Amino acid sequence: MYCEECKVRPATVHLTQIINGQTMQTHLCEQCAAKKGASMFNLNIEPGFSIPNLLGTLFGNVYNMQEVSTPAVLSTTCPNCGMSFERIRQTGKLGCSECYSAFARELEPTLRRVHGNSQHIGKIPKRGGGKVMLKKKIEELKSRLQKAVAREEYEKAAEIRDEIKRLEKEME
Amino acid sequence: MSIHDLLNQNFVAWMDAEKGPASDIVISSRVRLARNLRLVPFPHLLDEKRGNQVVEEIRKAWKKSGYHELLAMDLVTFNELPLLDRKILMEKHLISPEHSEASASFKGIMVNKDGSLAFMINEEDHLRLQCFLPGLQLMECYNRLQGVDDELEKYLDYAFDEKRGYLTSCPTNVGTGMRASVMLHLPALAISGQLNRIFQNVNQLGMTVRGLYGENTDAVGNFYQLSNQITLGQTEEDIINNLTGITEQIVEQERLTRERLLKEMPYQIEDRIGRAYGILTNARVMTSNEAMLHLSDVRLGVDLGIIKGLKPFALNELIVALRPAHLQKKAGKEMEPFERDVKRAEVIKEKLARYQK
Ligand SMILES: [Zn+2]
Ligand SMILES: [Zn+2]
Repeated sequence: MYCEECKVRPATVHLTQIINGQTMQTHLCEQCAAKKGASMFNLNIEPGFSIPNLLGTLFGNVYNMQEVSTPAVLSTTCPNCGMSFERIRQTGKLGCSECYSAFARELEPTLRRVHGNSQHIGKIPKRGGGKVMLKKKIEELKSRLQKAVAREEYEKAAEIRDEIKRLEKEME
Repeated sequence: MSIHDLLNQNFVAWMDAEKGPASDIVISSRVRLARNLRLVPFPHLLDEKRGNQVVEEIRKAWKKSGYHELLAMDLVTFNELPLLDRKILMEKHLISPEHSEASASFKGIMVNKDGSLAFMINEEDHLRLQCFLPGLQLMECYNRLQGVDDELEKYLDYAFDEKRGYLTSCPTNVGTGMRASVMLHLPALAISGQLNRIFQNVNQLGMTVRGLYGENTDAVGNFYQLSNQITLGQTEEDIINNLTGITEQIVEQERLTRERLLKEMPYQIEDRIGRAYGILTNARVMTSNEAMLHLSDVRLGVDLGIIKGLKPFALNELIVALRPAHLQKKAGKEMEPFERDVKRAEVIKEKLARYQK
């Protein structure tokens, strides 16, 4: 199919916009998509590759929406790299690993919009993630402990409690 | 040095069609993992000095490890690699167009001899591990990268967060840091006008469709790249399995449509394919776009058994061999666009003639 805008080049970018609950599809070539990008969000293209500014726009929109409901405090900068959230909005890129915690609250809606989710459930590195894995295990055991207590399975509960204690020691 | 083998030949692992399942329709599979170093500013903030420190960290990890896949790789920084060679890597799809433009000493690549593994250093992230294989082999790509990733992780302090996963410079990659993609050739679905509907469905499933070469090129030759858009909140295996499943469905649709076209309009299809072959084997001046259009038809002709004696590998090779840097490397000189168009027509004729009976 051809681009809806120039009607010359094949449409390779397919955008889905949700406006007032109505889903709208737009089919464009990359050039026209880049031109139109400034007014769009909820993009179904791989940003940061050919059209770097689009993500900045994406942040912009999320930020505006957030501003209506809860005005965010944006005066802070990342303690590690000095990046401000304003700069991140403009470039669509974070400054360093610590930006994720420095701007956790500001990033949350963006991550939800892009991924429909904000909690990682995939691979965990063994070295850096050793503690993370232990923590996950402990959390899981704690919920099992609660269930065991609720079911009055006290012997089992005691076993789980010992296991939690052992893992917590390992964490230190 | 293995990188020179790669630079001086057309061949790269993903072209080896006979080794890939469904490779009549799925040209290649790629999986990319984005990894960064904790606390170190992301590449877009790095200056030469800090950038070089990142390269040295990666080099140290590579030297320390005795892992077989890593031992078989070269590490080259882009101050040591001329622009033409970087463009060769780009045309082989091993590095991004943006990365090929960089000549800084802290930008670079780690690559093995057949180009099945290619890691970009200080592109958008400190390290982007990539595996490329022919046909539909996403899980195989992922498994190979897993081995390398587990190994590198022993020596590199990866930026990882319990909640957000692998931390990346762009939040569209955070979580698994994984982008999986397949390169598809879908002429029958394009001819029958079904692509639009399929791409809409694909988008709703959290996948993205792009043209073959990204920026400034149209989706010529009915080649499309399908990839996952979501990287957070799904496991690597789920993403790979989803994309593989969707790809299998598209392959099935393409096959059915090819059969239908051949049954319903055999003269038109044979005519189209025959004309394309005729033009390719007789033209004296050929632009890149025109070549891709006709190659798509010839490729379809080979798959349908209308053109015989041409190997799928030769067709994959042509996708790359006809691009500007490869033409200039072969000619051993820089060429103006018109000169390239003449050279391109020559190369096509030569390649296709070689397989004629
Ligand atoms: Zn257009
Ligand atoms: Zn930062």
